[in-house]
Amino acid sequence: MTSLRGAAAIVGIGQAGLGEMPGHSALDILGLSVRAALEDAGLTLADVDGLFTASSFHSMPSVSVAEYLGIFPRFSDGSMIGGSSFVAHLQLAAMALATGQCEVALICYGSNQRSAGGKLVSMTEPQPHERDYGLRYPIDAYALVAARHMHEYGTTRADLAEIAVAARQWAQLNPEAWKRDPLSKEDVLAARLISDPLSVLDCCLVTDGGGAVIMVRADRARDFPQKPAYFLGGATALSHRAIAQMPDMTTTAAVQSGQAAYAMAGLGPDDVDVLALYDAFTINTLLFLEDLGFCPKGEGGRFVQDGAIAPGGRLAVNTNGGGLSCVHPGMYGIFLIIEAVRQLRGVCDARQVAGADVALVHGNGGAFSTQVTALLGSEATL
Amino acid sequence: MSASDPRATGPDQHHKAALAEGRLLLQRDPATGDAFFYPRAVLPGCAEGPAPDWFEARGTGTVYSTTVSRRRPEQGGNRNIAVIALSEGPRVLSQVIGIAPEEVRIGMDVRARIDMVNDQPILFFTPAEGQS
Repeated sequence: MTSLRGAAAIVGIGQAGLGEMPGHSALDILGLSVRAALEDAGLTLADVDGLFTASSFHSMPSVSVAEYLGIFPRFSDGSMIGGSSFVAHLQLAAMALATGQCEVALICYGSNQRSAGGKLVSMTEPQPHERDYGLRYPIDAYALVAARHMHEYGTTRADLAEIAVAARQWAQLNPEAWKRDPLSKEDVLAARLISDPLSVLDCCLVTDGGGAVIMVRADRARDFPQKPAYFLGGATALSHRAIAQMPDMTTTAAVQSGQAAYAMAGLGPDDVDVLALYDAFTINTLLFLEDLGFCPKGEGGRFVQDGAIAPGGRLAVNTNGGGLSCVHPGMYGIFLIIEAVRQLRGVCDARQVAGADVALVHGNGGAFSTQVTALLGSEATL
Repeated sequence: MSASDPRATGPDQHHKAALAEGRLLLQRDPATGDAFFYPRAVLPGCAEGPAPDWFEARGTGTVYSTTVSRRRPEQGGNRNIAVIALSEGPRVLSQVIGIAPEEVRIGMDVRARIDMVNDQPILFFTPAEGQS
């Protein structure tokens, strides 16, 4: 085995508790999403022998999840690198499957963040050289990056508003999205500032939700009821823990993760039909479009203007409505994968990208701290 | 408190002890002179290399990025959060004080000011003289 390209495929996806699911624990919501994914794949829990998960609620995520589900996986990983963890798990699961460490890999996440209090739940510890100043994590850190990008490249709040509006317009085509009421650029520009230049409408949602993905080796993928979504490439890049340590405050490590993932897949930006970018804040989408090669550095603001990434635009980005308008239960990475798989299956109805064969999934964790890119493809891409 | 021997106390305590005496210490690679912050026992990117050198920073820099972290008055009101690029190169997270949070601008020249907060010396920055 020299390459992971096409070595494994996603054959099951499931979601639960999107938006609000009162009275349920994070693990309850996770469990219901696992049930949905098993049903989608035509498998039972007894078939699962590989477990990949991360959590903001559990310091030993894989242990808590295995106990709740009542499984004793042969191979497991609970690496926690923030919301991008689940995209990183795709590569780890593909490696485990390709080398025979497991036969059926389950990647899963659940959160009751909204019902449990409506605030961002984070186990993140205050950083020693930030805590004295009352930095409000993570939004102040993202705001510092947005402010610097505006300073260097002339990006405006109106450019960021375009991103929020595009996400909402996609959400209006997705019956599962949490926020579907009309949103205008003017609404975003008039919204209450939280950390300048970011307003409350530049921020992701606070919802409940769980998601699960089932992966098997590619040679078994055609035996399942759904169209497989093949893993074509993936890579993880670590950048910094504290925002002042970010090597370049206007360029993320998505440059590194993207180049490595493209290289593994033998693909480039021009080959991508649909993108799922981790939009914890509007500035994320803008930076990832630049850093993943969809426009030159500094041009993100101009690139997104005039509905370019909205339905009917020139690039299909975050077709479920994203973390900004669809769902964001603390960590969003698993939902990036699920939407990409749905687009490759061709089951997205009003928001379906016609003939989508290649999907780019990009996860972000911390405050631009971890960047994970994966490329998924239909059978035609093998 | 006197600035202690870094080998006896560890880098963080050495840094803090100097700060309490009104001196901002940084570290650098003795071979290249490249300065870095925060204090470390080994060179970042070169753990096999020589022990980092300590030196006293000038205490000057410019605002690299800034935000107004908005809060209700009962939560302490709006506060500035800034990344300062020190003249020696490293960037530090801090707060520009002595000026309204909204008035802090990227590129503004600033000077270090060490204040005691809860008996701990904390590194802040104020606009350098001549800044409007």
